[in-house]
Amino acid sequence: MSELVFTNVTVRFGHHTAVDDVSLTVPAGQVVGLVGESGSGKSTLAATAVGLRKPTEGHIRADGKVQMVFQDPYSSLDPRMSIGNSIAEAMPRGTDKKAEVARLLELVHLDPGRASALPARLSGGQRQRVALARALAGRPRVVIADEITSALDVSVQGAVLNLVRDLQRQLGLSMLFISHNLAVVRYVSDRIAVMKAGRIVEEGPAGEVLEDPQHEYTRELLAAAPRRHTRLEAS
Amino acid sequence: MTTGWVPFARRRALRFLTSLWVLVTAAFLMIHLIPGDPVRESLGLTAPPDLVAARRAALGLDDPLPVQYWHYLSGLFRGEFGTSLISGTPVGSLIGDRLPATVQLAVLAFLVVVAVAVPVGVVMAVLTKGGRRRGGELAFTSTSVVLAAIPEFLLAVGLVSLLAVQLNLFPVAGNDAAGSWVLPVLALAIGPAAVLARIVRVELLSVLGNDYVRTARAKRLPSRLVYVRHALPNAVTATLTLGGMMLAALVAGTVLVENVFAWPGLGSTIVGSIQQKDYPAVQGIVLVYGAGVLLVNLVVDVVLAMLDPRSTIREA
Amino acid sequence: MRRLTVLRSPVGAASAVLLTVLLALAILAPVLWGDRAAAIDTDALQQGPSADHLLGTDQLGRDIFFRVLVATRLTIGLALLATVIGVVTGLVLGSVPSVLPRWAARIVISGVNIAVAFPGLLLALFFAVIFGTGTIGAVLAIAFAITPSFARLTQTLTASVSGRDFIAAARVCGVGRFRLLTRHVLPNIAEPLVINATLAAGSALTAFAGLSFLGIGVQAPSYDWGRLLGEGLNRIYISPAPALGPAIAVVLAGLAFNLFGEAAAAGHRQRSHRATAVPATTSSAPDDGGLLTVRNLHVSFPGGITPVRGVSFTVHNGEMIGVVGESGSGKSLTALAVSRLVEHPGTVTADALEFGGKPLDRTPDRELGTRLAMVFQDPTTSFNPTKRIGRQLSEVSEVHQGLGRVAAARKAVDRLGAVRIPEPERRAKQYPHEFSGGMRQRAMIAMGLMGEPQLVIADEPTTALDVTVQREVLKLLATIREDRSAAVLLISHDITVVAQTCDRVLVMYAGRIVEELPTDELFTAARHPYTTALLKAVPDLDTDRGAPLAVIPGRPPEPGEIGRGCPFAPRCPLADDQCRTEEPELTDFGPDHRVACWKSETELAGVR
Repeated sequence: MSELVFTNVTVRFGHHTAVDDVSLTVPAGQVVGLVGESGSGKSTLAATAVGLRKPTEGHIRADGKVQMVFQDPYSSLDPRMSIGNSIAEAMPRGTDKKAEVARLLELVHLDPGRASALPARLSGGQRQRVALARALAGRPRVVIADEITSALDVSVQGAVLNLVRDLQRQLGLSMLFISHNLAVVRYVSDRIAVMKAGRIVEEGPAGEVLEDPQHEYTRELLAAAPRRHTRLEAS
Repeated sequence: MTTGWVPFARRRALRFLTSLWVLVTAAFLMIHLIPGDPVRESLGLTAPPDLVAARRAALGLDDPLPVQYWHYLSGLFRGEFGTSLISGTPVGSLIGDRLPATVQLAVLAFLVVVAVAVPVGVVMAVLTKGGRRRGGELAFTSTSVVLAAIPEFLLAVGLVSLLAVQLNLFPVAGNDAAGSWVLPVLALAIGPAAVLARIVRVELLSVLGNDYVRTARAKRLPSRLVYVRHALPNAVTATLTLGGMMLAALVAGTVLVENVFAWPGLGSTIVGSIQQKDYPAVQGIVLVYGAGVLLVNLVVDVVLAMLDPRSTIREA
Repeated sequence: MRRLTVLRSPVGAASAVLLTVLLALAILAPVLWGDRAAAIDTDALQQGPSADHLLGTDQLGRDIFFRVLVATRLTIGLALLATVIGVVTGLVLGSVPSVLPRWAARIVISGVNIAVAFPGLLLALFFAVIFGTGTIGAVLAIAFAITPSFARLTQTLTASVSGRDFIAAARVCGVGRFRLLTRHVLPNIAEPLVINATLAAGSALTAFAGLSFLGIGVQAPSYDWGRLLGEGLNRIYISPAPALGPAIAVVLAGLAFNLFGEAAAAGHRQRSHRATAVPATTSSAPDDGGLLTVRNLHVSFPGGITPVRGVSFTVHNGEMIGVVGESGSGKSLTALAVSRLVEHPGTVTADALEFGGKPLDRTPDRELGTRLAMVFQDPTTSFNPTKRIGRQLSEVSEVHQGLGRVAAARKAVDRLGAVRIPEPERRAKQYPHEFSGGMRQRAMIAMGLMGEPQLVIADEPTTALDVTVQREVLKLLATIREDRSAAVLLISHDITVVAQTCDRVLVMYAGRIVEELPTDELFTAARHPYTTALLKAVPDLDTDRGAPLAVIPGRPPEPGEIGRGCPFAPRCPLADDQCRTEEPELTDFGPDHRVACWKSETELAGVR
């Protein structure tokens, strides 16, 4: 088991500060949910953890490999490469790739016989499972899930969320789960961090953050999240 | 998002100057990249060595390269393009004599292209919208592909042989009579007009698929307004970008057409100069053509910026 | 397989045949007719066309027709050689920036950007001077003239592929730069590159002919079509055939390459084809006095695809109705159909489609433009980017209400203020890209308020917005409904959004309404297995975190996949043989409650 630790991470693009002095720890074997609106810097922070972007300041420490699952399964799989090859590509050298691909596909509830299929033959939910399998192929200790259900149909979302939760528990992964959807974050996370304009404004155990939010913005987010039994009145 | 003319103008001017510098340097280096001695090449193997040496000295070819470069640049600032190896006259005055005929030909041809292609493209877009009139679309597309695939000099040859030689309707060569303009302009304009008409149609159709056109229809604007106010201005952006490239290509096309019609412009001059290995003349004319192309691109970008406010903030 | 698609189109097939003939000629002609093309006949100098010499003879009495045939090899060969050199150089220049250090990449990119501005012929002349007149010089000149545009194309394509997530995913997996280029980038841009190389071969061929024609390409005693053409042109006054022969050869060969490339490109484009145009509606008897009456609405597309299959509902004055469904359920097309915005080749049919008691297709534009307002999903793309916001609002009043420019502009400012956009006067003068997403959606609603809307149709109006902004926009819609007693038809994939704001919910699945019920019964009395499953599958802030989410197996069908029976049957735990063979109608289940399911109340209550 291993931690993912961001220490005073800042990312600037020219004059714009996308991530502003963020310190955040994903404890070993736990899921930290990161909520925030578009442009709040969530995805940029994720990109620094896997090396897609270098932090302008600060540093990131992870014990063991970090892998990532992307938002759009239609663009995160190479359309010209079979799903089996996509998964195998992420494996460390010296792995029995064929057996491992079959094992991973089964792990994400896909038929191992479809390893030679191209992504176009799969539905969105199935592709997202492949993307999960690929992330797991690198034997990561830490997984970052960046809005992994927002491109999926609502009736398919649930199955992917269940799968993520099961795999995380089964493999003891540490996970940073990013979403703009508070209800989804609440469902999978042990801890919740709220991000706004590049800063983490609140972080704590999921129950506490949701029931007793300390920061004004967290309260605003909670109030805005659609709830089934509260009617929205005209203003 | 900073909209604004000042950063745009600064960026665009910088790009123009850089390109111009690259062009000037390339033209300068051209003579030096020629394998062997350009003067020897030009005067022929039989020329006496002291004549070659004298010419080399006159051209400053024996100076160190940076010195030559400096002389070349400072000469350009004074409007001096060097001296022809063949006639001994200044290249500048040669260009001055020949440039107007070429510019007139190119501008006239471009006006014809725009006047024909834009209406045809718009009408075809409206008629074939949403996959209607497949037959008409096929006929239009094939005709335009065929016309666009015929190089202008072959078109020129065809026009000469049919309309000048067989039917005797227009003069075969020269630019003396008004009628002598018809064939060169046609030869230059037909291909680009076909291409532009196709582009206008495709662009307009793609704009018509945009959400904001649906918004305009949801406002129940008359279709005339939907086209004129909302679709066309947005189709102009891409059309103009490609139109500018075509105008530049049209400038180059004059070279061939001028040679078919013995048009007294820069195009017939540059080919003669290349064949006679009159390098200073070639150098000067290449510079003029290149600068013309850069100028066209600059004008297109400025016009685009006026039409589409977003293009000033677009990455260079 | 892709090549076969090219051959299937008539243009593609014809050009392929032509290319084959050219290739055969290039290989065989010099062998078969080389002697006849070289035979000098001093008795037949400079003759016109005749039975013996189809295109006449040249100044040495050689047969021009055979010379044209024999020249095929040199012409095609040189054009292909130049293309290959040019394309390969371009490919290298275009793709190296992705593996070079940043400063070096920038130099290469800006060099290419400058070179690409110059027309190919000009570059070719420039290089012809450097490499000298002659065959090799011309090949290199044309090759390097192709290079910049190909480098640029490679750069553009590479950049568009590099921005996609699968590249980032591969990088995260530790795939190296070189393998990234060869395994992920190049295979995904190969097709457009090959198409453009074919087109480039066509232009190389004509450019080469041009250079030879000008006397700076192939030199005597070699000859290609361009050279033959140049020789023929000198005597065009006497006899046109010697010039026209090679000219036609050049045109045909150039066309063969171009048309083949175009046909291949058309096949390539077809996959992202999108259609456009006019609506058609049929209508019949008036109905029960609703504001919007829809009876048995169908929307279909060529190829037997019918995404909306018999939808009926009524919207009354001042009512707020939600339509819920997943992508492909037909909810958005239903919205477009009732606002008369379905475009050709889509066809709309209905037993009744009425707005304010009048058939929709006979309602004048002026009336629709002021009484029916639309709000679309993506406010970023739904405004014309080249027009000021104020202008886009005011034109509604100018066109439909006969207001002058000034009065209409004043009204636009007033309406922007009404949707609580701060500083409406300044904002009206701005362009859409200067607005934030939420602001744009308000402006879109303000546009609908330029008239006196009785019905606002909002198609996923908050999907592209952040939650806090989403709430503001939904509240705004509720306010409009209250203040102006306008009805609202809210289309959404999010059942919670609909539950919060609407009076009644229509649940759509596979092109049909499967359940219609009052919102306050949604969580207690929903009956259709799809509705109940959906409610359980979507987590909200009150979901039990200890239990797994309910899962609906499978996925919703695409419009083309709907067969016999209930379309939800393959995913339904209750489905039996009847469900799989007969499609249930939407029938009354209770007051204000309709369900399309074969199962009885007790069976359905059992799964809850």
